Amino acid sequence: MELLIAIAIGLLTGCGVLLILRGRTFAVMLGLTMLSYAVNLFIFVSGGLTAGAGAVLGASAQYADPLPQALVLTAIVIGFAMTAFLVVLAIRARAELGHDEVDLQKPNSRGGA
Amino acid sequence: MALLLPWILSIPLFSIVILLLFRNLTRNQQTFVALSAPVVGLLLLAPMIPDLLQGAVFQQQWQWLPVLGLQWTLRLDALALLFSLLIFGIGLLVIFYARYYLSAKDPMPRFYASLLLFMLAMLGIVLSGNVLQLWMFWELTSISSFLLISYWSHRSDARKGARLALTVTAAGGLALLVGLILLGQVAGSYQLDVILSKGPQIIADAQYPLILVLILLGAFTKSAQFPFHFWLPNAMAAPTPVSAYLHSATMVKAGIFLLIRLYPAIAGTDLWFSLVSLAGLLTLLTGAYFALFQHDIKGLLAYSTISHLGLITLLLGLDTDLATVAAIFHIINHAVFKASLFMAAGIIDHETGSRDMRKINGLWYFMPVTASLAMVAAASMAGVPLLNGFLSKEMFFSQTLHQSVLGAMSWLLPLLATLAAVFSVAYSARFIHDVFFNGKPIGLDKVPHEPPRYMRVPMEVLVALCIGVGLFPQWLVGDILLAASTAALQQTPPAYSLALWHGLNLPLLMSTVAFVAGIVLYINRKELFLFQAGFQSTLAIYRFEALIQRLVSRCRQLSQWAEPGRLQWYIAVMLWTTVLLAGYPLLQLHSLQGERALLPTDWFSAVLVVLMVLAALATVVWQRQRLLALVMISVVGLMLSLLFIRFSAPDLALTQLAVEVATAVLLMLALYFLPHRSPKQSAHSTLLRDLVLAGSCAIVVGSLAYLMLTHQTDSVSAYFLANAKSGGGGTNVVNVILVDFRGFDTFGEITVLGIAALGIYKLLTGIPRFKPSADADGRNWALDAHPLLLRVVSQGLLPLALLVSVYLFFRGHNLPGGGFVAGLVTAVALILQYIAHGVDWVKPRLNLQFSALIASGILIAWLTGAASWLFGKPFLTSWFDYFDIPLLGQIELASAIAFDLGVYLTVVGSTLLILANLGKLTTRHKPEHRGQI
Repeated sequence: MELLIAIAIGLLTGCGVLLILRGRTFAVMLGLTMLSYAVNLFIFVSGGLTAGAGAVLGASAQYADPLPQALVLTAIVIGFAMTAFLVVLAIRARAELGHDEVDLQKPNSRGGA
Repeated sequence: MALLLPWILSIPLFSIVILLLFRNLTRNQQTFVALSAPVVGLLLLAPMIPDLLQGAVFQQQWQWLPVLGLQWTLRLDALALLFSLLIFGIGLLVIFYARYYLSAKDPMPRFYASLLLFMLAMLGIVLSGNVLQLWMFWELTSISSFLLISYWSHRSDARKGARLALTVTAAGGLALLVGLILLGQVAGSYQLDVILSKGPQIIADAQYPLILVLILLGAFTKSAQFPFHFWLPNAMAAPTPVSAYLHSATMVKAGIFLLIRLYPAIAGTDLWFSLVSLAGLLTLLTGAYFALFQHDIKGLLAYSTISHLGLITLLLGLDTDLATVAAIFHIINHAVFKASLFMAAGIIDHETGSRDMRKINGLWYFMPVTASLAMVAAASMAGVPLLNGFLSKEMFFSQTLHQSVLGAMSWLLPLLATLAAVFSVAYSARFIHDVFFNGKPIGLDKVPHEPPRYMRVPMEVLVALCIGVGLFPQWLVGDILLAASTAALQQTPPAYSLALWHGLNLPLLMSTVAFVAGIVLYINRKELFLFQAGFQSTLAIYRFEALIQRLVSRCRQLSQWAEPGRLQWYIAVMLWTTVLLAGYPLLQLHSLQGERALLPTDWFSAVLVVLMVLAALATVVWQRQRLLALVMISVVGLMLSLLFIRFSAPDLALTQLAVEVATAVLLMLALYFLPHRSPKQSAHSTLLRDLVLAGSCAIVVGSLAYLMLTHQTDSVSAYFLANAKSGGGGTNVVNVILVDFRGFDTFGEITVLGIAALGIYKLLTGIPRFKPSADADGRNWALDAHPLLLRVVSQGLLPLALLVSVYLFFRGHNLPGGGFVAGLVTAVALILQYIAHGVDWVKPRLNLQFSALIASGILIAWLTGAASWLFGKPFLTSWFDYFDIPLLGQIELASAIAFDLGVYLTVVGSTLLILANLGKLTTRHKPEHRGQI
């Protein structure tokens, strides 16, 4: 099972990275969302995989590690807020500039900032 | 009396504040304010002088950084007194003189404020009883001198000169800092008293050569010693009062002061003698030689100053105590005659509009009084008898006679000293003859005349001192010279006599030879000038500027290469760095496999994982068909929340599910505003490059995850599990961690959430109107924006969803649930109303102030935390107890529930603020419909 999860984390990360390297804002949003899935899963499993337990006292014989869960819980919510911020930034940029490209300059038209 | 010390140091500060606060004072009032600083300073010093001359040392200390054993210390002894008198005395005259020198359009408050800041910094150097404190003031002199040199900031030479001076002196200052820190470590204290008493120990230390070289670097750069002398002539772009003050009397003496101050601690070794005397000798000769060839009066004076500074340094490098006495004596004399000569140069510049000695000739006929004063001062510079310069030069000559610092070659010293004196006489003669005689002025813009009466007063005072000291040395400066030398050497110097006439002896002969040879040299100067013209000399300033320009353009190239302004490049650099940093340690391991027992693979989980990965890949493949990509990424999120359930994290699953809904709504809205299709744009090479990077990331992160998953790690979680019930009063450990153990983190997180929401609100206000009215294929939006079925279902769902969220909220402390999940469920239920009915329908029925919700949420969380203070506990200490309530039975009340309420409100407020405001945009800009359906 561990191997499968590790591969999933790796692939999710890879997909996320590939997406945030695209030149359009929507792909970057998808990429960031994908990366936060990968990171959340990564942090979550840092406590080890536990099946059929939980972090509620008295409910099971063994307990899952509660700390990564607490970390990931807030990370999910904040990740949403950050994605939302990025989305709105992209919308605003589209409205102001008329396009949805990540870079203002073309790669070949370099110049002083 | 030591109580007066802080006042003496800070007195210039009062004048600075007044000058900068009251800008509409008249010029005379400003001068008065500036003058009051040195006058009051001198009055404060006066009562201490008798004691100081008897060898008293006043000292006052405050704790600075007691942990490091640092005390803020002011220390006044006779040596510091001598320098303080110079700083205040010459400062007084220079301020008075500047009143007449500066033109009406020069901003006077800025000038006086910078000058007084410099005065303060100089006083700080001489009054410091702690070497690190001394260094701070040392740097302050560099900075204030930068401000003063660049006073006429519209002039390019002023800016360049200031930059050069700052670069050289500040670089030396850094070397000095290291030297002083090492010195303090070797001596065991940074207090001057301790360091001065530890001389033998410091010299015996293995680090002594390094310490000495570093300190000498600091002193030599500041005092313009060869080979660091080149900044001083370029600093002549400063207004002349600044040159008179900084570049003759005070700042350039700071380096020499430091050498004298630390003399008992670091001097007396062979290394000291050879380094200091050699630097001094070279400076003495170079300065004297080049002074003769300057056409600018101030340039001549600048090189002459370099030469005299070299003379003083040479004296300090000679191995007799009497040489130090001579050095201190020459410091006084040089300050007096050189300041008056600079003032003369200023007057000439002021009255003729030029400083070029090839133009200004024969001024004797236009300004006889100024000419006479300047000639006396120049004669003193040349070492003519009856003047003060003669006395210290005689002392210098006699000291060179009995030396062994150059070993067997020490006989060279008197010879080279005489040679320097020859040039000194020659350039003094040139100053007198070229400027005041030698025919008529050539090509001047105006007819010269005497300066305003009072502009001459400071010169008159100084020249009177030249003559006074020259005639009655013992009476005027005998006491303070003896006291200062004693303080410098930390012992009484050998007997000497300050007198005009010592009989016919070798030094007198050397003086005579120098005088005659100097005059002869000047008369035959034509040949020498021709000889000198044969050298191609690039000015130091141009070389320095070229260096700076090259440096700047290199840096610009570098930053353009590293920062091309492309986001993808930055991300790629960061990711590659991460991959390499995280990947390298993996290469050192033998195996990723750890010792932890693995969980067997079950079909359910395997299917979830495979579906998740497939959906992720599909998102990438279909990224340009945006709606499809959005559906696919939602599948990933859904699978993730199922995985959370599978691996014992119901809280996470609930949260992820709720967030998934909100994210889907968010991305749908994004799709509405963004272009609906992406054109294919990445070149194949780009794609390949990105694939390699993404693959590397995947491999490294996946390997790390496997490594982590198969290794047993010690976690602090055992503590949380053990104490959740007894300490936090809850059985859902995840929730107890959030609201209790790590409550402070959660508080920070909901604050960030609120800030992000407010930032989004700000971004959305005032967004330009644009209204997509159809999708990419030209299909119009559905006419029925709010379908009946959705409206009915959502209305029925609302009370249910709210009930669920209340349930989740209350059970959160003991069972999966809590403020975050409950908040998200509430927010999603409300958002559904917006989607189903539109803003216009919801608004009158449910008028929530989202920002107020956020604010009250954070406030409640904070108040819950702050309430602990009332009970004398640290912030966010939780409290809980059990109560028996009739009918309901035993109920637990915990302060954590109030905190969780804060979390709940913030989450609801933030999510709604984000989504409702974004959604509102779509209805505010109602799309126009084309055609009929």
